[in-house]
Amino acid sequence: MAEVTLKPTGNFDLTVEAETITPDNFAGKTAEEIGKILVWQGPEEYPLANYFDVKGDGGSSAEDTTIVVDGDVPRIKRIGEGMTAGKILIKGSTGMHVGAEMAGGEIVVEGDAGSWAGMEMKGGLLHIKGNTHDHLGSAYRGSWNGMTGGRIVVGGDAINQVGGGMSGGEIIIEGNVKHFCGIRINGGLIVVKGNAHRTVGAEMTGGTIVIGGNIERFTPGFELEDVEADIKFEDIACTGEYKKFTGDYAIPQKGKGTLYVSCANNECL
Amino acid sequence: MAGTIAIKNGYVYDPLNEVNGEKMDIFIRNGKVVTELTASELKDAKEIDASGKTVMPGGVDSHSHVAGAKVNGGRMMRPEDHYKFYQKKTPIAHSGCGYSVPSVYLGGYEYSKMGYTTVFEAAVPPMEARHTHEEMRSTPMLDMGGYLVLGNNWFLMRYLKEGDIEKAAAYIAWMMKTHKTYGIKCVNPAGVENWGWGENVGALDQANIHFEVTPEEIIKGLTELNEMLGFPMPVHLHANNLGHPGCWEITRDSLKIPKPVKARPNTNVEWAETKMKPQRHESVYLTHCQFNAFGGTSWRDFESGVKGITDYVNSHDHVVMDSGCVPFGDATVMTGDGPAIHDLYVLTGHKWSNTDVECECGSGVLPFTYLKSNPVHSVQWAMGLETLLYVKDAWKSIMTTDSPNGGPFIKYPQVIAWLMSNKARQDTFAECHKWAQDRSGLAAETREMDLNEIAIVTRANAARTIGLAHSKGTLAVGADGDVAIYDLDPKALEVSDYESIIRAFENAAYTVKGGEVVSQKGEIVAIPEKKTYYSDIAISAEDEKNMLNDVKDWFKYYTIGFNNYPTPDKYLANPTPIKIDAEV
Repeated sequence: MAEVTLKPTGNFDLTVEAETITPDNFAGKTAEEIGKILVWQGPEEYPLANYFDVKGDGGSSAEDTTIVVDGDVPRIKRIGEGMTAGKILIKGSTGMHVGAEMAGGEIVVEGDAGSWAGMEMKGGLLHIKGNTHDHLGSAYRGSWNGMTGGRIVVGGDAINQVGGGMSGGEIIIEGNVKHFCGIRINGGLIVVKGNAHRTVGAEMTGGTIVIGGNIERFTPGFELEDVEADIKFEDIACTGEYKKFTGDYAIPQKGKGTLYVSCANNECL
Repeated sequence: MAGTIAIKNGYVYDPLNEVNGEKMDIFIRNGKVVTELTASELKDAKEIDASGKTVMPGGVDSHSHVAGAKVNGGRMMRPEDHYKFYQKKTPIAHSGCGYSVPSVYLGGYEYSKMGYTTVFEAAVPPMEARHTHEEMRSTPMLDMGGYLVLGNNWFLMRYLKEGDIEKAAAYIAWMMKTHKTYGIKCVNPAGVENWGWGENVGALDQANIHFEVTPEEIIKGLTELNEMLGFPMPVHLHANNLGHPGCWEITRDSLKIPKPVKARPNTNVEWAETKMKPQRHESVYLTHCQFNAFGGTSWRDFESGVKGITDYVNSHDHVVMDSGCVPFGDATVMTGDGPAIHDLYVLTGHKWSNTDVECECGSGVLPFTYLKSNPVHSVQWAMGLETLLYVKDAWKSIMTTDSPNGGPFIKYPQVIAWLMSNKARQDTFAECHKWAQDRSGLAAETREMDLNEIAIVTRANAARTIGLAHSKGTLAVGADGDVAIYDLDPKALEVSDYESIIRAFENAAYTVKGGEVVSQKGEIVAIPEKKTYYSDIAISAEDEKNMLNDVKDWFKYYTIGFNNYPTPDKYLANPTPIKIDAEV
């Protein structure tokens, strides 16, 4: 397994659009060639070497290539966008759009990630150990379908619009979320172990959402079906008792989604 | 010499002139087709060797949604339509983006690349005419015009109810001039008005709320007025109940209404010397037939009802129609039919928008994706092709996708391939839901259109139907020098190799407009001058005065001032009035 290390050195006062940092693009290139790959910063294109010390050559194929970003890069966007195989390890925090539209392979972010992480993701694994911002695994502006496959795991919190328009794949959040978690979801699974604020599952037409903590303001348009204990989705287990709701009945495609809410943390429901 | 060109040795298809694939030369001087060029003119002229290529008049699209408020609404609500389909600027061309609702510049370029030179905007709400003209003015490459939406206009409904034909005629004539529009469009007559109260109409004899006029009265009234005034084109009808299973019957019955109305186009223009009679004889032009031809009683027993309509069209001469084909993929549904869009929203749950254009009409927009895997969509695909293949005489049909309703106009080459190649259709059948075969008759249809018929349904008939054959849709002497040259050798053409048909029609080898090469193999090489057509009808001053008293009185209910209502000339690129000698 070939490993390419990118040690951040450069000036990041304007954010850098680095959709070229993928194993697919690095495979078959030497460290020198990788350093020459262009990225946009504002209106200009510069080589990667302006921002990173590049060490190590790419592997023979994407599967064979690991990229290690050795440090914090919160001003770099779109790392791993559209990647199909291989691995990226970011030893720090990263900017927006990490793993957007990724189709395969694995990205691990040891720190935090910006908004739009895993946007419209199709496959692979995106593991963010810290927190992330809005639109995790969701559809991009105007687009109707969010994540369609793969898995996103967040160790900390996500904020608004988790899995907006999601139609497949899984999102697992250890921490809390805020507004519009699972808005317009029509397939796939979202598991939030912590609390949600409001509008969970608004306009959902399919798929499953599990909230392990408390929902401060429950969405109207959901109907209680049942109470289930210790629910399990393949390798994802949610212990305890859950109230099972269907919804959203507020829209024409009525009630085809499922929302599980922890009994213990939502006694008033 | 500007606009002077000699196109040599091409296989020419000029149906209005009864030229069917003959090898001949086309000469254009100063933007107009001429019989020949003198030796000295030839020396200065650009010469194109079109040997082994197909030569047709420039394409004419008689029904497309390319400019105005609802198109812009589509752009605003669909950012996703834009960031995945875009084009960089070149030294002469603007950048642009948008797949199903492209920006005005990109729309002009994309049409030109396919060999089209003339496109008519299918629905102009009167109050949005200024906006529509602003967008048409900024659309490069194309001569344009727009149809004024009048089917649910308060003044007309009132005059028709009262039987005041003089005022109705005066109103239509004044509105055309005021808004610089070209012909009459009628959308879901009486139904769009009811939509203001959350209703629709379900039958031709159902009177609407408050005005108490029926769709039948509106269709009859408008078609009679259209001929009384002598418009270049027939009334452009989007029938009631569109998009609902079983709607084909009301469509056929709507077509019966204008049967007694005799076509009397009365334009005062110079006609190119065509062999065929270039004037229309139809009193009604049904648009996007496919959407009006749904069979069955619900989505469960949904089927094609096209045959019911095409049988009627085949046996009657007062009807012409365009197809509204569905080429699959992304589309944006946009129409003046507000209730129809609401029903689609309920069906799909997709984002949508509706507008009430005050006392005049309404509209709605909704993004849509036609899937091969969807049973209903797959039947719609088959139906769109049936509407063209079942009509025996190609001079009764026009190929459109009702862009962007059935699909964007950039899919025309794909539609042409399906029309020309049975193999292309069979291959698509194999990919799509079996309903397409089970619930339409297309699988058994073996007709394959030839290039002459394609020239009829994509240009000659479109131009003739809308009364533009005096200068468009033909290469007769005196016509505009608009020519499309396709990299397609008719002598070597194998229609089973339909990919070659798609490739050829996607990027014309040359698009010539006004005798100037404007695009070449998919590249824009010159930005031509463009024209905006509108109908200019003179009527008696007395009638106009009486009518204007009513209009001014009612204007207190409008949110804009009377003086801000008209579209001034400066909003038009090269305003080209078509003078009409009205009989009233």
